[in-house]
Amino acid sequence: MKEEEEILQVEERTRKVNREIRLAGVLFVLMFIATIGYFSYYVTAKSKDIINSSYNARLDTFSEKIVRGEILGSSGEVLAKTVEDEEGNETRSYPYENLFAHVVGYSASGKTGLESSANQYLLTSHLNVIDQVNNELSEVKNPADNVVTTLDPYLQQLAYDALGDYKGACVILEPSTGKILAMVSKPDYNPNTISADWESLISEENQDANLLNRATQGLYPPGSTFKLLTTLEYIREYPDTWENYQFDCEGTLPYGDAVMSCYDGHVHGHLNLRLSLANSCNCSFATVGQQLNLDSFHALCNSFLFNTELPLSMEYKESSFVMDGTSGLAERVQTSIGQGRTMISPIHNAMITSAIANGGTMMSPYLIDRVESSDGKIVKQFMPSSYGKLLSASEAETLTDFMVAVVNEGTSPSLQSDSYQVAGKTGSAEFNSNKEDSHAWFVGFAPAENPEIVISIIYENGGLGGSVATKGAKALFEGYFSRKNGQ
Amino acid sequence: MTSLVIQATKYVMIVLIILYTLSTYHYLRMKTHKRRNRACVMQLFCMFMLHLTGYLAITLYTNQVSMVTFYLAQLVFFILYLMFFHIFYRKASRLLINNTCMLLAIGFIMLTRLNVDRAVRQFIITVAAAVVAMVVPVIVRKMRYLWRFGWIYAGIGIAALALVLVFSMTSYGAKLSFDIGGLFSLQPSEFVKISFVFFVASMFQTSISFKRVCVTTVVAAMHVLILVASKDLGAALIYFVAYLLMLFVATKSYLYLLGGTIAGSGASVLAYKVFGHVKTRVQVWKDPWVDATGDGWQIIQSLFAIGSGGWLGAGLYQGMPETVPVVRSDFIFSAISEEFGAIFAIALILICLSCLLQFLWISTWMDGMFYKIIAFGLAAVYGVQVFLNIGGVIKFIPSTGITLPFVSYGGSSIMSTFIMFGIIQGLYILKQDEVDRIEQEEEQERRRQAVHAQRYGKGAEGSGKSGEGRRRNPSGRGKNQKSK
Repeated sequence: MKEEEEILQVEERTRKVNREIRLAGVLFVLMFIATIGYFSYYVTAKSKDIINSSYNARLDTFSEKIVRGEILGSSGEVLAKTVEDEEGNETRSYPYENLFAHVVGYSASGKTGLESSANQYLLTSHLNVIDQVNNELSEVKNPADNVVTTLDPYLQQLAYDALGDYKGACVILEPSTGKILAMVSKPDYNPNTISADWESLISEENQDANLLNRATQGLYPPGSTFKLLTTLEYIREYPDTWENYQFDCEGTLPYGDAVMSCYDGHVHGHLNLRLSLANSCNCSFATVGQQLNLDSFHALCNSFLFNTELPLSMEYKESSFVMDGTSGLAERVQTSIGQGRTMISPIHNAMITSAIANGGTMMSPYLIDRVESSDGKIVKQFMPSSYGKLLSASEAETLTDFMVAVVNEGTSPSLQSDSYQVAGKTGSAEFNSNKEDSHAWFVGFAPAENPEIVISIIYENGGLGGSVATKGAKALFEGYFSRKNGQ
Repeated sequence: MTSLVIQATKYVMIVLIILYTLSTYHYLRMKTHKRRNRACVMQLFCMFMLHLTGYLAITLYTNQVSMVTFYLAQLVFFILYLMFFHIFYRKASRLLINNTCMLLAIGFIMLTRLNVDRAVRQFIITVAAAVVAMVVPVIVRKMRYLWRFGWIYAGIGIAALALVLVFSMTSYGAKLSFDIGGLFSLQPSEFVKISFVFFVASMFQTSISFKRVCVTTVVAAMHVLILVASKDLGAALIYFVAYLLMLFVATKSYLYLLGGTIAGSGASVLAYKVFGHVKTRVQVWKDPWVDATGDGWQIIQSLFAIGSGGWLGAGLYQGMPETVPVVRSDFIFSAISEEFGAIFAIALILICLSCLLQFLWISTWMDGMFYKIIAFGLAAVYGVQVFLNIGGVIKFIPSTGITLPFVSYGGSSIMSTFIMFGIIQGLYILKQDEVDRIEQEEEQERRRQAVHAQRYGKGAEGSGKSGEGRRRNPSGRGKNQKSK
């Protein structure tokens, strides 16, 4: 009774329902909840990427409280670290000098490579609280977390040496995971002296574009490596009859007003589809190309990430495939053999090859394996992630078989080995009307039956036929398997 | 060492604001004075402790004794403010009083950290505004004929807004305020939103005929159009949404609500196409990175601030909120989020929401269209303003350039918010008066009946029950008055 009398008189009135006001009230509550929801979503999910921007002045001040973390190779090799001289000046040091220039990048006035993409990790400390408090009290800077990469310095060195003095790029992937084991771009620079060399690197006289990471930002015509996709399209369009495909190569093939000719005047004779690819017969592929539905070919290339964003957390250029149903005969023929207006980056070519090697599933390439606190605890572990199933297991098997034929019966006998089987495809990409000027490509993997590494390598101006590229690939496979068998 | 203490204060402040926020909602749920008073004691404890903790961190970091003086001045102000209400307006809503103090305290701490001079100025304006606003509840309570002045409210409002428009046109730029003596710049749209609500309420007090609705809508549209022309988009949106909702509540017509929403959407699309500055705001919202160093700079910096603070905040002086343009006024929420953390910031949003709910509840209690629409209109104005401010700062919606009531720096904003809260308190007190009167009459009635029962010796229990029944539903009289 007493309690009841205390009940607020005023509020009894609220029982007299005031529907419109309540409705407006509900509307407002929903608006506020949506605001809080978006706010929480931003703070949790989106903010990490956004604050890691060069426009964020806070990132510079982190370095006043924290020692920038190290970038490590897959076995703990130091690729980048911060060293302090007696006067307390910090400099960034790169023990391997030019070797990892593009992939690790530099951290000077600007940041590139991993120094940029992993910046947030390299400026955040997950040291245990006690040590952090201790450091705070003794006014010592806290060491930030270290970034352990997937990069293997041994393979990186092999790739670096394989490219020699050529301009070009090389990417080595682990097809089952998408781990980037090596990534080289030449010409390069020394990140230790980047500030001193800056003016000359960006001067107009320097036409080498040393700062460009050709592995991801260089776009080249794919040349004959593209015949893999032409083959796949043909198999898809003629699922029942492709095995009966026949072609008699006479060395040249007239089309429209022009003539297609095979490399070095070769006359390949009687070919099926497998041997057409193995011998990289231009005349045969010009014929194949004329039998394809170009819109469906365009769709296939889009599904293989042409004209599309790549699943990469680094700077890159999008590959392009222009041809569609409206294209003329010349473009149709040129595009089918990998010329025309098609452009691809070395890493993209590696990704397509790794999808074939991995039974049809493309893994998203990644560079950071894990982030560790300075006392060695794992802060964040990155897991392989599948981009998607781009071709069926039987299609992958067929293409692998064809690529084995390239080595065993076709253009690249030098890649034969007793201890491992290589599956691959060479290419020479003409970049102007002079046939002598062409880039040399090789994409491939080994062992063919259970692939461990995928290689994509390009030599600018490497000459016709891809023999330079085959030689480079040979060195890489030999190096990889000799280490493996030596252990 | 200092930074360790600052980190500690950060956690203390988060705990305090969570407790405070919980007790505001506890207050709204409680039905008895006794329990509400208990919640209020909790709120005041949290408010004073948070204020103290904040200034402790500031004093430690700046190492200036003057900060202690400044803190004490604020403390005295808060105590006097609370005492004044306790003595003169015993019946006022204590939740709103406490929220006022809490929001002001958070604003003072953040402004002091950002710029001490501005914080002192804000404090002086706050004291002045609080003193002026003291009389507002009395006016609302005593002047029962405020509903007669509809056209005067409209005239004053449009004249003030038009004056700003003329000045801004002659000074070639978006100028939304008059400077008064260099100390205080007056932004009329902050005050006209109150006269606007009064205008609408008095128009609908006497009639909601189609003709009256049309006339009112035309005058309301004039307000909005002048604001759009003077590039005060935030205010224009507030006026528009508040009008639409007031119209809906007054007429109970979903047709008007729907029509108004469609017209408003059409007008927005038109504004997007016609006005360059509207287009810029929307494009910046869609993708600020297109012009990251130009138009997108402000929102990007705000996102940096909020993102860098994370859930727990960087701690006072540990972030860089000063990189955000106009962080003191329109973007103070991002500074709070950066240094006090997102948890604290969400609690702040919830405190604003509890003010809004209290406004809305008061409007449901009011009899008479005039008071009901005023309470509801002010609620709508307040709600939309908080939503536009916070939504804009976090890039949930395009930024419109509007202050966060009681927290942002700005004399006009503080002043008009004090007046708004004063009016609501006046209405609340008005209602309490009426309830007390009814209660007294019923008490007399009960006594009479008791005497009657004693005299005639029977039926005492029965009549007691019927008295209770009536008390539960004391609305008969008010209802009759309203329906005329």
